[in-house]
Amino acid sequence: MLRVIGKRIALLIPTLFGLSVLLFLWVRSLPGGPATALLGEKATPEAVARVNELYGFDRPLLTQYFTYIGKLLQGDFGVSINTGRPVLEEFATRFPATVELTIVALIFAIGIGVPLGYAAARHYGRFVDHSSVVLSLIGITVPVFFLAFIFKYLFAIQWSLLPPDGRQNPRINATHFTDFYVLDGLLTGEWDAAWDAFLHLILPGLALGTIPLAIIVRITRASVLETQNADYVRTARAKGLMERTIRSRFILRNAMLPVVTTIGLQLGLLISGAVLTETVFAFNGIGRFLRDAIFGLDYPVLQGFIIFIAILYAIINLLVDISYSIIDPRVRVQ
Amino acid sequence: MSAILPPAVGGSAAPTDPAIETGGGTGLWKDAFLRLRRNPQAIAGAVIIGLFLLVALLAPILAPYGGNELPGRTEITPTTIPGPGEIGGYPLGLDRFGGDLLSKLIWGAQASLLIGVVSTALGLAGGMLLGVLAGGFGGWVDNVIMRFVDILLSVPNLLLAVSIAAILGQSPYAIMIAIGVSQIPIFARLLRSSMLSQRGSDYILAAQTLGLSRGTITMSHLLPNSMGPVIVQATLTLATAVIDAAALSFLGLGGGLPQAAEWGRMLTYAQAELSIAPQLAFLPGACIAITALGFTLLGESLREALDPKTRQK
Repeated sequence: MLRVIGKRIALLIPTLFGLSVLLFLWVRSLPGGPATALLGEKATPEAVARVNELYGFDRPLLTQYFTYIGKLLQGDFGVSINTGRPVLEEFATRFPATVELTIVALIFAIGIGVPLGYAAARHYGRFVDHSSVVLSLIGITVPVFFLAFIFKYLFAIQWSLLPPDGRQNPRINATHFTDFYVLDGLLTGEWDAAWDAFLHLILPGLALGTIPLAIIVRITRASVLETQNADYVRTARAKGLMERTIRSRFILRNAMLPVVTTIGLQLGLLISGAVLTETVFAFNGIGRFLRDAIFGLDYPVLQGFIIFIAILYAIINLLVDISYSIIDPRVRVQ
Repeated sequence: MSAILPPAVGGSAAPTDPAIETGGGTGLWKDAFLRLRRNPQAIAGAVIIGLFLLVALLAPILAPYGGNELPGRTEITPTTIPGPGEIGGYPLGLDRFGGDLLSKLIWGAQASLLIGVVSTALGLAGGMLLGVLAGGFGGWVDNVIMRFVDILLSVPNLLLAVSIAAILGQSPYAIMIAIGVSQIPIFARLLRSSMLSQRGSDYILAAQTLGLSRGTITMSHLLPNSMGPVIVQATLTLATAVIDAAALSFLGLGGGLPQAAEWGRMLTYAQAELSIAPQLAFLPGACIAITALGFTLLGESLREALDPKTRQK
């Protein structure tokens, strides 16, 4: 297993290397060059020349690239133009917010999606089935930011049940040391702070989780439908096994394989969705930070973000592959 | 075979390659079309798309005002925005800038469909080029192209589009190119794997035996027979393209005036007025969702119609 993981990581290196070359060339191809991007379009030629010298933009491309990749390997993602702080530091303080949001979205999507898809397959052609098919179709086609607007309007503005934006009520004055606000509240024993942070997570979490939910429902339904007619299920019935055992150990477990893949694939969607959801709910995670970076043309942040996401994405995919062999011992990670 | 029969009426959907034809006399595409016509889901999708297409084409006639016009500038105050039916002449009310909401929705259909179609066409063309090269040549060409595709796939689709649009600068073309490029990897992979699965077929072997050149075999035998999944994907991608285009302009990319008649942009500026004028967010949002639903319904029925597993029934 360890060897397999090592091999997968080794395979990842050329991809990330290629990505870093593309990103490097991208910044160099910005209109007016990187110095203009740093200083703005009205910069004087002297200032441009000074920045070029300072950052080494006047040196040969190959030299520049090696400097860049060398820094990257040491974890130096550059400094944000907008905030003046190191990019990695900015991510570190905001990433927990996005992780919290993604966890809530995933719990919602899996917790409802798998049982609903399963129920739809069990009652194939009945009401549960039809409604789950229609609901999942709607879930797939509704843009996440539109859904966020609907939730915000109904639950926060119209009925005032949940907070409309932010991560926590600033009046609570909570202590933060991990930047996972809910966890912070639980660890310090500030229950009201944890609860408040949790309430702030519900609406964005539901909005973000709806599309993955719809997809998980569909895949679970299709997969269970296929599995429950398999020969080994018939054999298990013929053997006289209890229906409950057949359902949990034979059907559900075997049907889970494509579902796990799908959940893994959803994480890319979740990260993209987080950018949009965080914008609507003024939720201060990396998604919103990225949006500000787009507006301010903060290219070190954009560059760092893309590398960061690519690595994260690759790790997630590896974890998904490993989880296969746990669910289905027949599958050997290759 | 069918070559001696006179062409059937409406046979324009007939396949370009005799190899596609099945023994029954109906071609794959004609058969798929017949099946689509019987599928209510496909009809619903086609009707939705047809309606939006009509609205988009007839926008200059249907819309009471121009897309960027602000006829009701004097009617709005910082705290009030007239809603649907509240003042005469504006059936759906005004927006924050004083634009007529109905007109903007109509012009928005034009903008969204145009972006969706152009970007998908770009993605399809680029993806097919890479896919044909990779699937047709194999060997190191295949390797190089697929590694490049891997790099593009290492970043989630929408974020890839966001970063490309951010480089290209503030223009509507940036959005089209960004979304198009972000779709290239999917099409390239799909076409390549579809071509690889066709490669071992008997008709390819037959063509090779006849001494046809590799180029001819790839372009006129392998390619047409591998297009099924790609066309299904293209239909489904139109839905994502419309949503992604809205997402990009919602995030502030794509340039143009703040009051531009574009569904995603309308949502950006609806954010601040959500409590006093929710219709400004709901109507454009619903338009995006319905358009995407139309393409999804159509794409999924097409997939079913072309699927050999369900085709026999």
